[in-house]
Amino acid sequence: MLELFDGAVPVEKTLAKWYQEEAKSNYGAFIPFVGTIREEDGIDGLSFDIYEPILNSWYEAWTLKAKQSGAILKMAHSRGDVLLHESSYIAAVFSPKRRVALEMIDEFVEDFKASAPIWKYDLKDGKRIYAADRSTAINGSGLLKISK
Amino acid sequence: MVTIEFLGPIQKDKISLEAQTLNDVAQFLSDDAELKTWIDSCAVAVNDVMVMDLNTQLSSGDKVSLLPPVCGG
Repeated sequence: MLELFDGAVPVEKTLAKWYQEEAKSNYGAFIPFVGTIREEDGIDGLSFDIYEPILNSWYEAWTLKAKQSGAILKMAHSRGDVLLHESSYIAAVFSPKRRVALEMIDEFVEDFKASAPIWKYDLKDGKRIYAADRSTAINGSGLLKISK
Repeated sequence: MVTIEFLGPIQKDKISLEAQTLNDVAQFLSDDAELKTWIDSCAVAVNDVMVMDLNTQLSSGDKVSLLPPVCGG
């Protein structure tokens, strides 16, 4: 399940909903990761653009991968502005035993950071500034580069 | 005609052009001064599927997307 929100992700409500959805599904482990906006470098918050068609196919591939391990994934992310101390991201894995969930949450979040088509901007002094120095080029980038 | 769209922070309108392969798109974009800082770091999708081959064939109506470096979460 992939859920996108305009603005901050409602953390308590989302985690409670996911917990309830799987409360009787016989999963022994539920491991959520919550990403929260920290105060640093004078920012007022962060802002996000998302390209949904490719995000959806990336997420679908991960859903299939999780299924092969007997696990399920859930993810929520923000579009637009998210202010300090609000949350923009939750990922969670449910699995029969803890080891699969512990390993998958790590791998899933790392691949999310490297591959999911989401762009981050700092909100600072009334401006929206692309976070170029914290961004990662997707695998295969530079394909269109031509030496002249 | 194929359409080229620029995602995320690339502030550029869509472009339509005649192209048979991604290599044609690369040749066309190499003349665009606005894109000089982006081309090296962009990944490419055709019709919302990521591609890795410059020889990828294109058909009329295809959509080519340029994806600059990402940072979700």
